Amino acid sequence: MARFGMAIDTKKCVGCMDCVVACKTENNVPEGHNRDWIVTVANGKFPNVNLEIQSQRCNHCDNTPCVACCPTGASHVHEVGAVVLVDHNMCIGCKACLASCPYDARFVHPDGYADKCTFCIHRVEEGKLPACVSVCPTHCMYFGDLDDANSEVSRLIASRKNHPLLPEAGTSPRIFYLI
Amino acid sequence: MQELTTTRHNPQIDPFMQVWGWEIPVYLFLGGLVAGMMIISGYFIFSKRYKNTNCVTYTLPIISLLLLSLGMFSLFLDLEHKLYVWRLYTTFKISSPMSWGAWILILVYPVITANLLMDSPKFLADRFPQLDKIKNFIHERPVLIQNIGVGNMLLGGMLGVYTGVLLSTMGSRPLWNSSMLWVLFLISGLSTAAALVHMIAKDVDERELLAKADNGFLTIEIFVLALLLIGLLTSSSVHIEAAKLLISGAYAPAFWVFVVGMGVVIPLFIQLLAVNHKIKHTPIAPIMVIGGGLILRFIIVAAGQYSHYLNAHFK
Repeated sequence: MARFGMAIDTKKCVGCMDCVVACKTENNVPEGHNRDWIVTVANGKFPNVNLEIQSQRCNHCDNTPCVACCPTGASHVHEVGAVVLVDHNMCIGCKACLASCPYDARFVHPDGYADKCTFCIHRVEEGKLPACVSVCPTHCMYFGDLDDANSEVSRLIASRKNHPLLPEAGTSPRIFYLI
Repeated sequence: MQELTTTRHNPQIDPFMQVWGWEIPVYLFLGGLVAGMMIISGYFIFSKRYKNTNCVTYTLPIISLLLLSLGMFSLFLDLEHKLYVWRLYTTFKISSPMSWGAWILILVYPVITANLLMDSPKFLADRFPQLDKIKNFIHERPVLIQNIGVGNMLLGGMLGVYTGVLLSTMGSRPLWNSSMLWVLFLISGLSTAAALVHMIAKDVDERELLAKADNGFLTIEIFVLALLLIGLLTSSSVHIEAAKLLISGAYAPAFWVFVVGMGVVIPLFIQLLAVNHKIKHTPIAPIMVIGGGLILRFIIVAAGQYSHYLNAHFK
């Protein structure tokens, strides 16, 4: 079974938010809510300053506290690509998954269910790339199977210096930021 | 220096998480209170105090049922997809404390009801004469009564433990992520229950016993609170920052004044004087204990949501 993940090149990302707009359009994300967003991390003291721009979203972790705590099984690991999804018709809106996510990647949809990034699985199953990846004007985002050593995303992670987000939270996130 | 800016502004998530409002602390408090009342009632049955017709074990079940239903209604109000609440009972997820809790609550009701049927309240017994037959049936079987007592203690213990485990399994919230939390919530449930039962017990001996028991629970609670904070302070940096929220941070004034001071130390002092016959028993100390237990849940739920891996770095 494939294990989808992403590599995002922070040397290329300019924080244009095209990925954010594409996601909202593709997935009809309600106003005032975001499935993906831009974080800018500034390190150091002038003149030795380093700026890292990160396009963030659900990390589709290998160790999924959101799936473990869900009392109804609405939050689940999808058979295609081990993507973490929420079945809207099973979610009771208890918000345990929101509280259990160290990335605060989930939110309550106005219709009452927990919502988050799906890696655009409906597009991926049709052989397309996730909307955010496909529109990126600097081509800084790479999507693919982490279990396939020959995939572009695996080769980039193996060859470039990178870091995931909050590895200390112990969730084994599957989005890697190339630095 | 490290500075972080984000374009995300999701409701209830940013700038810090507040997905659980007043409903969850109220539910956790009432769940703990009912758990404590079940353990006390079960103990009174098991120790054969039920043979005294004035025994408070005959009063507790109806109050427990009312308070538990109130707590569950509060939990229901918190759900964002209320009409789907029945989904909780279409599956059992072994990894989900909330799923365990849903099923424990289903088991708790018949056990409390069995306790209730040992001597139904007058307004029910007058309306349903069959209840007298059930009462006689139960009282002719001492082994059954013992089992009702054990069942109440067992399910009460499970309910009390679950209210803490619900939060402590969330590794993403450093303040909750302590194995002491279930001990704290269980002992706090017992102390608030002992306080409430102390106020409604008619028998003087029972009142005396409950005041002494409450002093024991409150003393243990001081140690458990200390161990919770020590455990966090000797852990990773995010856990240290989480402990500081209670010790010297935004939640410290409410924690020290209402939980430690008015909820534990002062009522313990008053009740120690009362059980040593220096002063008369008053409802002041029990009311303070109950108020402290409620505020403890509010502070733990709110501060726990605030405690976060990122908040620890970006204050």
